[in-house]
Formats: sequence, structure tokens, C-alpha cells
Amino acid sequence: MENIYTKNQKDCKLIKSKPETVKFLLDYSKSLKITEAKGIKFESNLN
Amino acid sequence: MEVLIDDSLLIRNYINGDERALETLINRHNQRISSFIYSKVNNRDTTEDIFQDTFIKVIRTLKRGTYSEEGKFLPWVMRIAHNLIIDHFRKNSRMPMFEGSDHFNIFSIVRDDKLNVERQIIKDQIDSDLNLLIEELPRDQRQVLYMRIYKDMSFKEISEITGVSINTALGRMRYALINLRKIIDKHNIVLTI
Repeated sequence: MENIYTKNQKDCKLIKSKPETVKFLLDYSKSLKITEAKGIKFESNLN
Repeated sequence: MEVLIDDSLLIRNYINGDERALETLINRHNQRISSFIYSKVNNRDTTEDIFQDTFIKVIRTLKRGTYSEEGKFLPWVMRIAHNLIIDHFRKNSRMPMFEGSDHFNIFSIVRDDKLNVERQIIKDQIDSDLNLLIEELPRDQRQVLYMRIYKDMSFKEISEITGVSINTALGRMRYALINLRKIIDKHNIVLTI
């Protein structure tokens, strides 16, 4: 019978992204500003 | 007791400028999204990268005001992550990445020919010592040696520039090398890495 099971079942574990990644995202969000002019949206990162 | 705020309310708050709402959203769904990505890519670093790219897309969409609340937040984020996973595998099939194992290390057959820092320092030292030794040679021999070794000129070109015959230029080169060896032997100088 064909083996339809994944070989990597042991790799299916619960993980969380690192706090540094989350912090980067929060900082990125704070720095991202969207400005709209004549119907066009401009993105700028204010660090 | 902590009150669980609905995702849609957090999104609305975030769009209205509440950055803490994003933190709550990320922390709330971090494990599910990260585990989903990891289950597909089986690599911790790639998981981090895709997770980060996923939320960058989420942030940009929300801030641009183009998020439509047709579905739920989590399935939408999962869909973004899923598309990025597909992109990752497409990119890898175009540029396959080889990872070594415990039994085989790719660096045992592939080498970087560049010198390491220590060897580069030693080489620089040897070059500088050699320059000092060359300075000890008579002027005519030194001139021919510089033109031949450092400027990569032919003996014909050297003879034309210095105004001597090719044989004389060859002779000066020969004596330059003999004299260099003599100086090196006399002072027991080691010029190898």
C-alpha cells in the first residue's frame, strides 16, 4: 500500500516566533506612515 | 479576569492608531501562524523570515486601509503566510539551497580560496619584507625585477624602456634573483606562509 504519511511528523511541533521578530514588527508598524495625495498612497518609514 | 477582545475590534483600534492592538493580535496568533509555517518549511530561521514577511504584509494592508473584513483575521493571515511559503519553495527550486548533514559537509569539497585573516597578515608581512630586500639590490637589477614581476612587462618591453639589449635585461633579472637568494640565505630569512 502506498505510504501517504509524511516523513516529518516529528517536526510538527508548536513553536512561536522570537520576541525580537515581534519587536521588529511593532517597531516597523510604528515607523510606517501612509500619506495619500491625489488618490495615490505613499509609504514612508520614519525612524 | 482578562477580557478577550475580538480580532475585528483590535483591527479597528489598530487602524485608528492604537499600536498596542497590533501587539495583542501578533501575540494572540503567533503560535498558530509560526507552527503552521514551520510545519511546511521545517526550518526555524525560514519560519522567522516568513512570519516576519507575513506580518509586514498585514501591517501594510491595514495601514493602507485596503483590508476588507469579509473573512476572519486569522484565515486571512494564514492565506498570506501560505502564499509566502509557496513563494519560498518556488524561489528555492530556482536556486536550490544545499544544506549539509552530520555525514557530509559541503565545505569538505567546496573551499574559499581567499586567505584567512592570519594568513593575510603573514602574506602582507612577507610582501613588505620582500620589498625591503629588493631595495638592497643594485639599481639596474631592481629596475628590471620591478618591471618584470610587479608590472608584468616582457623582456622586450623592458629592454626598450631601459635602453639595453634583451640579453642584458635577462642577465640583470638573473643576477637580481641570485642576489636576493644570497641576502635571504645570509640572514636566514623565511619567506613562506
